Amino acid sequence: MDRFLATFFNPITIATYTPAVLEGMKITIILAVAVTLAGTLLGLALAMLRTFGIRPINFFIIAFADIGRALPPLVIILLVYFGLPGIGIRLSGPMVVFIVLALTLAAFAEEVFWAGFTSVGKGQWEAGIATGLGFPVTLSSIVLPQAIRLAIPPLMNRILAISKMTALGSVVGVQEILGAASAAQSLSGSATPLTMAALAYLAIFLPVALLARLAERRFAWKI
Amino acid sequence: MDAFLQQFFNIDILMEAMPLLMRGLWITAQLCVAVVGLGLVGGLFVALASISQRRWLKYPAIIYVDIFRALPPLVLLVFVYSGLPFAGLNLTPFAAVVVAFLLNNSSYYGEVYRAGLQSVPNGQREAARASGLSETQTLIHVILPQAIRNVLPDLLSNTIEVVKLTSLASVVSLAELLYTANMARSITYNATPLVAAALIYLALLWPLVRLVSRYQRPLAI
Repeated sequence: MDRFLATFFNPITIATYTPAVLEGMKITIILAVAVTLAGTLLGLALAMLRTFGIRPINFFIIAFADIGRALPPLVIILLVYFGLPGIGIRLSGPMVVFIVLALTLAAFAEEVFWAGFTSVGKGQWEAGIATGLGFPVTLSSIVLPQAIRLAIPPLMNRILAISKMTALGSVVGVQEILGAASAAQSLSGSATPLTMAALAYLAIFLPVALLARLAERRFAWKI
Repeated sequence: MDAFLQQFFNIDILMEAMPLLMRGLWITAQLCVAVVGLGLVGGLFVALASISQRRWLKYPAIIYVDIFRALPPLVLLVFVYSGLPFAGLNLTPFAAVVVAFLLNNSSYYGEVYRAGLQSVPNGQREAARASGLSETQTLIHVILPQAIRNVLPDLLSNTIEVVKLTSLASVVSLAELLYTANMARSITYNATPLVAAALIYLALLWPLVRLVSRYQRPLAI
């Protein structure tokens, strides 16, 4: 037991590397919030654009959403990070992670919001247009609020799944929690920093997981 | 434009890297079978525990799901691969990936199954029990078939996520598709192998993504 504690919860190592892990938490939180905001808004904008039913535009939106959902983010991160400098575009690690994860989330969010739009009864659209509101106003004041409410539970799960992927940043040298902890682990020769990383992630994402569960219960699942 | 093609769509380099990528793809396939299979089975047990009447089973299962939903899979993987050896537990990269993803996937699949199990009306269970089926028979022959059918699109969509997740194995030097592609990139100083890997993932997963969108049921109102 003592050996276990000394390996995974060494107090001296904890004291030494707490500042680095806290700094990592800051970067993780900033990245996660930025990805969530950018991805959700872009996804919503694309889904709204898709309701206008302009064929060539919809073709690209659907292709974007499909590709974004089919490709593993780590593949794109490596491709952008190592591939673009070859043609003279050099992006920093955090920037690459932000762009790739935001686009990935946007692809999923577009699909979720679109499912929300199509779940709102056809009568709602017809009534809005029949009362003379016009398409844009019907969309923004009648359909959108209902669609967003429907989209919240599945969207929360996606946001959780994708914002915690900021850990992939450690692969391209971003000093977020995992990056900081991995560096600390090889410096200290102890597993304790990895335990600290796990706890740091739990501190950030466990509340989000609980919130997602709450949202699911609030807007209960029906089939 | 020419530089772009040279860097991302170089046929010569693609031909050179292809045998390596195919070997990686084979490892990815093995990994997928192991990880998806174990996740599907493990998730079922997690789900059954989480809807159990027994509190000592139910609450630990719920906490298990929430913890592994909050931990990034890469963190789990690094912990299992580089952390556990400190406790004298050395795993091969393949075993480390399987263990780490079993923890992660069983909680995700568990949530999907749970939604499915809860979607089966209680009358089904009561009727089965009243007609003399045992609790286990009821579960296997009456509840599970309906539960799984109800969440088939979600099981599929989660499986897509699991397949994508196997690319993380490259971080612990398991020579799967992404690892071999990235190795080829660093040898050739050219991004074409990574583009090829992306296209392979796309070819495998796009049809499944389409299928998920096709069977997307309306969201609950």
